[in-house]
Amino acid sequence: MTDSTPHSSSIPASGPAVGQDEWVARHAARRLMPVGPLRTVEERLRTVPWWAWLVLFIAAMSLLPVVESSGYVRRVGFDTVLYMLLALGLNVVVGWGGLLDLGYVAFYGVGAYAYALLDSDKFGVHLPTLVAVPLVVVIGAAVGFLLGLPSRRLTGDYLAIVTLFFLQLFQTVMTNGDSAFGHNLTGGPNGILRIDPLHLGGHDLTVQHKGVFAVSYFYVALGFFAVVFVALRFVNSSRTGRAWRSLREDPLAAEAMGMPVNWLKLMSFSFGAAVAALTGTLFAALNASVFPLTFYFVLLITVYTMVILGGSGSQPGVVAGALIISPLLEMLRDPGKSRVIFFAVLIGGVGLAARRSRTVGIAAAATIALGFAVHELARAIDASWVSGEKAGGFAGAVDHWVVHPAQLASWIPPVSYIGLIAATLLVSTLHGRLRLVALVPTLYLSAFVWENVMLAKPEPARYIVLGLILIALMILRPNGLLGERRVEIV
Amino acid sequence: MALLELQGVSLAFGGLKVVHDLDLQVEEREIVSVIGPNGAGKTTLFNLITGIYRPQAGDIMLDGASIVGLEPHQISRRGISRTFQTLRLFLNMSVKENVMAAAYGHTRAGIFRSMLRTPGMRREEREIEALARERLAFFGERLMGYRWDQPAFSLSYANRRRLEIARATATNPRILLLDEPAAGMNPAETHEITELIAKLREDGGYTILVIEHDMHVVEGISDRVVALDHGIKIAEGSFESVATNEKVVEAYLGLKTTATK
Repeated sequence: MTDSTPHSSSIPASGPAVGQDEWVARHAARRLMPVGPLRTVEERLRTVPWWAWLVLFIAAMSLLPVVESSGYVRRVGFDTVLYMLLALGLNVVVGWGGLLDLGYVAFYGVGAYAYALLDSDKFGVHLPTLVAVPLVVVIGAAVGFLLGLPSRRLTGDYLAIVTLFFLQLFQTVMTNGDSAFGHNLTGGPNGILRIDPLHLGGHDLTVQHKGVFAVSYFYVALGFFAVVFVALRFVNSSRTGRAWRSLREDPLAAEAMGMPVNWLKLMSFSFGAAVAALTGTLFAALNASVFPLTFYFVLLITVYTMVILGGSGSQPGVVAGALIISPLLEMLRDPGKSRVIFFAVLIGGVGLAARRSRTVGIAAAATIALGFAVHELARAIDASWVSGEKAGGFAGAVDHWVVHPAQLASWIPPVSYIGLIAATLLVSTLHGRLRLVALVPTLYLSAFVWENVMLAKPEPARYIVLGLILIALMILRPNGLLGERRVEIV
Repeated sequence: MALLELQGVSLAFGGLKVVHDLDLQVEEREIVSVIGPNGAGKTTLFNLITGIYRPQAGDIMLDGASIVGLEPHQISRRGISRTFQTLRLFLNMSVKENVMAAAYGHTRAGIFRSMLRTPGMRREEREIEALARERLAFFGERLMGYRWDQPAFSLSYANRRRLEIARATATNPRILLLDEPAAGMNPAETHEITELIAKLREDGGYTILVIEHDMHVVEGISDRVVALDHGIKIAEGSFESVATNEKVVEAYLGLKTTATK
């Protein structure tokens, strides 16, 4: 037999003696493992039970309103918890079921609108919270189920395009729902206003307390998060969860092994939708208003980014994704903070590349030198070229390095921006020393474009920075931050 | 009465008759090998039995009841399980979970009971895990120990084939359909598979239908051999009688007269 060949003595003594084919398999598994200090940390952390992590995490999150009295920060914290819930729901459909559901945020919208209709002056219905919220969850699950019906035989790209159509359909219906058969059902583009706040234990949960965002919603959302996290985790480790993941891996084999694939797809859709709808109630109750355009592509892409960046299929992963992206998007609104983030990403990227090859470090040093040289040269030619804003601190330091004119000629932004894209493409095609030489001006150009072009328009710039982070991460960790190691074909 | 019975089963893809008017009977605890050149319709026959394809004519009976028109997962629950010629494991799931997943059909705990972790649900989980342990232990130490929690993609080719068999038996089948279990195995592993198939019947009491190209395996395991060519049964009987059958030799090697003039 192939077992216990002499070669087996050369591999670490863990487990029984193995044959050659086994040696190859284990070698492959080892190669996929992280190496160096990261590995020991990962192994150490793996021995901590999951619930201990959860308790620790919830406790840490609960401290946010205690240490931070700013209403703005608390509000961002609340939004982050909503994103965590949305990411958990999407993870059921995409991470476990393997179904590319591009209509996901429509279910969030369904939840928000359903709550709005059941608890507002719109039709004068004011259901108690303890009735309305479960009802909305059931409605969300039912809508998910119904929309799953026509798409249950679709997979991959086809399912994606059909569900995307559902999102568009939701938009169209909500936007035009102000004159559905002569009745105003959804308020159209103006949405629904004056939605009731949540009502618990005999009194309303107020959104504002003495002009500052009240923390009650934050804790309610955190409570929902804990319950949803645990419930979904339990489902994942049950026969249903295993069947969902089998379906993701190979639907035909799953079906042949006794799993009703179509039913499981519907369940997966339904569960994702129910979580999204639950989140929608919180959103509607807090904002006291809903508008159709909230539930659209930007939100869809943001939630997908969280799931993919964190690690699709891993619950802690998608939560981490939300926990990183949501505050990051907020910070990128502020030019001062987004400048720090941009240069941190740039320096971090160059630093990681320098770990693989020393020469990149030389290029980085050359870029810094080039910056000062160009800056001095520009000042010598025309002082107005470097007369841009000179704040103190980090921004001031950067302005001593990057050329920053007070007035930009109108042709500079498009030319430099397109030039940067061209230069980046050029760098990626070059090799060896040439690449290094081309990298230096490209890095400097990217800093120039950032300071002069992107910072002038923070709204699109923040999504571009997010995209860059995502690209870098996907190259470094294709399975996401905390994703399981994955193979498609071996 | 035969456990599995095919009566005049036909399937055509357009003008191509893949399986034509096929009759087949398999008795309880019998091991039947299906042989034939590439494209003879062997795997299609398995796909017909497991409900992946629906026959255009004829009937397929399990224990006297027709299973035509049932979904594959329903057929699986009635006791027919299979492996795939091109391995179709759940690669990104652990070895243990691959087997546990296949217990879906004969377990009950619903989603809400799973969410609440009811005592009944937890008992069932323990039973599923014990089942998986037992099915994997069938292959000795190979799929036990540290491999228990490793992802299926880290397994060697031979172990993947073993895991597929373990997964197929976890549905608690009466009939096992093995599609080329020895494909891609070295001579030692092929020999082992031969013994293993006999042991499967011994221990599990399964009725086994095997597609196999390796004639040593076929000779070693078969109670009966069925030869297919172009979707038609050209011979049936003991290994010796089929192996020397003129039509079978012709299907594999071509006509003697034209080849050796």
